[in-house]
Amino acid sequence: MSIPLQYDFMQNAYAAGTIIAIASAVVGFFVVLRGLSFAAHALSHIGFAGATGAILLGIDPLLGLLAFTLLSGLTMGLLGERLRGRDVAIGVVLAFALGLGALFLSLYTRYATQAYSILFGTILGVSRDDVIVSLALGIVLLVAVAVLFRPLVFASLDPEVAAARGVPVELISVVFLMIVAVAVAEAVQVVGVLLVFTLLVAPAATASSLTRSPSGAIGLGVLLALLETWAGITLAYYSRFPVSFYISALGFAFYLLARLAGPRLSARRSRPVDRPAPRG
Amino acid sequence: MTAPSTRRTVGLPAPLVEIQQVTVQLGTRTVLRDISATIWPGEFIGIIGPNGAGKSTLLRLLLGLVRPTAGEIRILGSPVRRGTPHLGYCPQHRSFDRDLPITGREFVGLGLDGHRWGIRLPDARRDARIMAVLEAVGAGHLADAPLGQLSGGEQQRLAIAQALVGDPSLLLLDEPLASLDVRSQGEIIELVDRLRRERALAVLFVTHGINPLLGVIDRVWYLARGHAVIGPVSEVIRSDVLSQLYGLPVEVFEVQGRLFVSLPDEWAHHQHRDGARR
Repeated sequence: MSIPLQYDFMQNAYAAGTIIAIASAVVGFFVVLRGLSFAAHALSHIGFAGATGAILLGIDPLLGLLAFTLLSGLTMGLLGERLRGRDVAIGVVLAFALGLGALFLSLYTRYATQAYSILFGTILGVSRDDVIVSLALGIVLLVAVAVLFRPLVFASLDPEVAAARGVPVELISVVFLMIVAVAVAEAVQVVGVLLVFTLLVAPAATASSLTRSPSGAIGLGVLLALLETWAGITLAYYSRFPVSFYISALGFAFYLLARLAGPRLSARRSRPVDRPAPRG
Repeated sequence: MTAPSTRRTVGLPAPLVEIQQVTVQLGTRTVLRDISATIWPGEFIGIIGPNGAGKSTLLRLLLGLVRPTAGEIRILGSPVRRGTPHLGYCPQHRSFDRDLPITGREFVGLGLDGHRWGIRLPDARRDARIMAVLEAVGAGHLADAPLGQLSGGEQQRLAIAQALVGDPSLLLLDEPLASLDVRSQGEIIELVDRLRRERALAVLFVTHGINPLLGVIDRVWYLARGHAVIGPVSEVIRSDVLSQLYGLPVEVFEVQGRLFVSLPDEWAHHQHRDGARR
């Protein structure tokens, strides 16, 4: 039996998968904290139209994907509060974007495999250059999150108080959606537009339910995303099934376990219930 | 503008907040009309009035979250700006997700440096300061508890600790008693009163009814229809004063030391017509 790492394409897959898993889990923590998982989902579908449009024009699909996710992330951020509770509007736009993607693909008749890889990921087909692009984007994401870290936590938890303390809440919300846009474009390369949830939301949500501090949740989220991605790539190598199936199945399994075990764990670790506060 | 210096020469402390003829319009609605008041250091003031009277707007004005359409506000002699360390603020109660990965300690810490860019580095002095304020509000045992799993009263204590940790001169509390049971309400009032005495802290306390605050507050600030009266309870919660404020015949009753304000039926229609929503 062969060892996966002896092949270039597998080395590239592990390298890109590692970078993207880390970036997705870190950004994903804030996606979950801010309740933006549907927005992230929508961004990926809008990105599909961009990626297929780029294929039609003979440009790198990643560029089309990034252009569309960034533009729609910016729009969502600028609409801000007006978009709250407008899930239907977002849903209609994302459905239209998928439809556009279908149109672009039908106009471009040569390779149906291109569509499949955008929908479900192409991690086993990434080149050395793709890895370098992923690394650059990943570094941009991590630096951006590190710079925004404290005001982003503050503004996500308590926007009123944060604004009163001088945090530029609206600006942060726009910049963060741009960060999500880049993270979506990264995650699409591994798991595809239909399964962005599995890297961007599942590990972060699982970790958030098991930990008590942002740093703990981010750390555990990264660990889970790495485990899922490495296991997914390895299992896909030894079997006939796609990487994105394994990653999404593992993400689901971890989430389910955390949900089942979570309440018991937190009850055991929790403080004595409602101890009266000392007076005077 | 000469008033503060005159006061200083006669030996009174400088005013903490000066509000001069402030009017606030939000869209087409005038939320506050021609409000003037001076707040002194260490004062405990209850802000009451019906829904939509502009109570929260008044707090948001001081925080710089709302700009006055006309008039001027000065805090310790300087114009209002966002992020001033002189103010501590607890907005109306929000519900937090049970899974929220934030402990009491971290939540309080946001009040100290949550507005700073970048990642926080370990700092023992910071930790000690947070622990001290947690103890001061009787929430030392909540330092490592997950915020989302605490009761309303416990979360309120942590919110007050978060507002206090920057060592402000004025604490702004918006409906801190809402969604609390009677016992927790009493505990929060007792806590706020003790804190303001220990720390010479001025407090603006927005609430629905005056009764829980009787005997604790120095003055009451009564808002209705965007107008306001400020003064000792005995001079404000009176039939003649409130009738003038509401522009309708209002009656104040006292029953066993508790005050009740009876509004005529027209008020409900007036509210409805005016769209005094929030």
